[in-house]
Amino acid sequence: MTAMSTRAKLGVVVASAVLLGTVAAGYAATAAQAPRTTPPAGGEQAVTLAPGPRLLAITDRHVSTVAATDPAGPRTVAGLECLRVYAAAGTGVCLKPETAWSYQVVVLDATLRQTRAVSVPGLPNRARVSASGRMVSWTTFVGGDSYTSSGFSTRTGILDTRTGTTVASLEEFGITRDGRAYRNADVNYWGVTFTADDNRFYATMATGGRRYLVRGDLAARSVETLKENVECPSLSPDGTRLAFKEAVDADPAKGWRLSVLDLSSMRVTATAEVRSVDDQAAWLDNEKLAYTLRRDDGQPDVWSVPAHGFGTPALVIPGAESPSPLT
Amino acid sequence: MYLSTVSRPVADEPGSGLRRRRFAMVSGNVVALGTVSLITDVSAEMVAAVLPLYLVLGLNLSPVAFGVLDGVHTGATALLRVVGGFAADRFRRRKLIAGIGYTLSAVAKLGLLLAGRSIPAIGAVIAVDRLGKGVRSAPRDALITLSTPPEALGRAFGVHRAMDSVGAFLGPLAAFAVLLVVGQSYDAVFVTSFCIAALAVVVLVLFVREQPSGEAAGGDAAGGEAAGEASDAKVSVREAFGLLRGGPARRLVLAAAMLGLATIGDGFVYLLLQRRMDLGLRWFPLLAVGTSLAYLLLAAPLGVLADRIGRLPVVIGGYTALAATYLLLAGPVDGWPLIALALTLYGAFYAATDGVLIALAGPVLPARLRTTGIALVQTGQALAYLVSSVLFGLAWQAWGPENAIRAAAVAVAGVLVGTLLLLASPSRLTTRKVLR
Repeated sequence: MTAMSTRAKLGVVVASAVLLGTVAAGYAATAAQAPRTTPPAGGEQAVTLAPGPRLLAITDRHVSTVAATDPAGPRTVAGLECLRVYAAAGTGVCLKPETAWSYQVVVLDATLRQTRAVSVPGLPNRARVSASGRMVSWTTFVGGDSYTSSGFSTRTGILDTRTGTTVASLEEFGITRDGRAYRNADVNYWGVTFTADDNRFYATMATGGRRYLVRGDLAARSVETLKENVECPSLSPDGTRLAFKEAVDADPAKGWRLSVLDLSSMRVTATAEVRSVDDQAAWLDNEKLAYTLRRDDGQPDVWSVPAHGFGTPALVIPGAESPSPLT
Repeated sequence: MYLSTVSRPVADEPGSGLRRRRFAMVSGNVVALGTVSLITDVSAEMVAAVLPLYLVLGLNLSPVAFGVLDGVHTGATALLRVVGGFAADRFRRRKLIAGIGYTLSAVAKLGLLLAGRSIPAIGAVIAVDRLGKGVRSAPRDALITLSTPPEALGRAFGVHRAMDSVGAFLGPLAAFAVLLVVGQSYDAVFVTSFCIAALAVVVLVLFVREQPSGEAAGGDAAGGEAAGEASDAKVSVREAFGLLRGGPARRLVLAAAMLGLATIGDGFVYLLLQRRMDLGLRWFPLLAVGTSLAYLLLAAPLGVLADRIGRLPVVIGGYTALAATYLLLAGPVDGWPLIALALTLYGAFYAATDGVLIALAGPVLPARLRTTGIALVQTGQALAYLVSSVLFGLAWQAWGPENAIRAAAVAVAGVLVGTLLLLASPSRLTTRKVLR
């Protein structure tokens, strides 16, 4: 190298820059040519969130509905782009891209018209609407600071659509853990599910490497822990059971088993779904759960399985995710 | 854009040793290393900016599962950093070891493409990237000290760290530009990042010199440590351990570890700031940007200041700024003044300590063991920081955030006293010489 003149060195650097630039540009060009997701044709009838025998789901990043009796059949797809969607009693919530980097929580009326929007940090993860359509909740993942860690934290917020009150993050709430007041900087929440009174809710709270099922009280701004290793609870329509994902051997790295907790006996029953489910399940009715599973290539499908622990999982909506019954 | 910078070291080729420091900014080797760091940081921060998007939206992985894999590697990286530093000294191939580090990180960018959706594979790729980062920093800093006269080390590190931060600043913008052009193709970001990292390796190979001719003299100005590179005997493990057995080197490593205990970590600082401000959560990432900006702007001036008034006072000043930051977080100031003050002070803390500490350490460490010594200093600091962040988490639990941060400020004060006792003791013969 010492033999090389400065001019020659600069020449090599320029040549390398041109070569590497060409490689990058060439790769980018082929990547850009790959089929982009375009809004599928809307069809004649529009997507509505009005209660009826239909299932709401996301197809190719767009809000869509299918007939509950023929979920694999014809699909109605709207132009609205969402990463997560959920609806109940004519109110919808959609976690939608705002810019290339940021996302919004958008509250929708039955005709998919936007009634409210809240800018949220991070990446969309969970979305829920209470059975009455009044309360809306969301969870996003926030990346850690790039200098210190690549860990993630979550932000879970709740919006009361009647009063407009917003809780930007549940982290402001008081915590009772195992009967004692508790606080910690590492507390994270995710996966809210509301009870029928629109004040009490269940959610996951993580702290100190453990994940707890908590019961929360919005008016009192507090939560208390009920059980360990319960994530992404989803309350059954009759309010007696919680579907949730249970980390195998309490270790999320080993995957999750979709299970059901009976709230009166606190007994856990694993469902017949043995594949790892990383989703907040939705109850199609009092007996059946719907959830998203991904194929090896990352493409999603909506599956369902009976809540009582027997039976077998069934493919419901191929190529879709984020299922929700329109009740 | 890079080329004009790259050409500078050559244009500035010094005629003769130490006299040029009055007019030359920093040595060519330092500018070359700064350029390599700048380009590499563009590449690294490009990936850091899109990695969460890629994992969650591109691969639909659960970040919680990913987080479990993370953090396991810190201990291994710390050990390998020292091993790499020792190898660089033993074979006198600092440039080679640094080059291996840069190459590992470059290859890791391509690894992300190959890892697919497998969480263990992605974890392994990230571990390789960290390993590369760990391995390269000590030999790189050693090369800076060996290419710079001891009285100009503060400026050299200031310029290097400022260039490094510029790269970190440009990285996310570059990632954004790529995504804007190609849509949601994260692969294109990784390939671009790899190409940029590879260019940095080319610049390193061509422009960074292992034996800086005419400048090496500067490296050994630490009092009687004249043996330096001139000695033919290879560095032995026993000799490396000797660094810790006593003398100024051991005091430095101890001081660095103690100073590491005073830092609670960016995550906590920003979290406290956000709690105080009721800041819109989506502005949260901008806190880090504000700190980097202050760091970038202050690194070179504070480095120059360190050469004028001494490195220890500037390091002490930096930790005082850190204590002030902590106190602000639990203090009466509120609103935007709090944000502006806290981020400026926090950036000043980084600018006054990150490079300056190595500038302080460099001349105290014998040239033939310098990479090992710097690796020990950096590792001591990193491991101590791990401990302190855990301790701060516990303090938060026990006393609440306000009292925990006040306790952290008190800890900084205690650590400062300890550092002064260690480094400014009457027996600091070599240190004093450096400070002149």
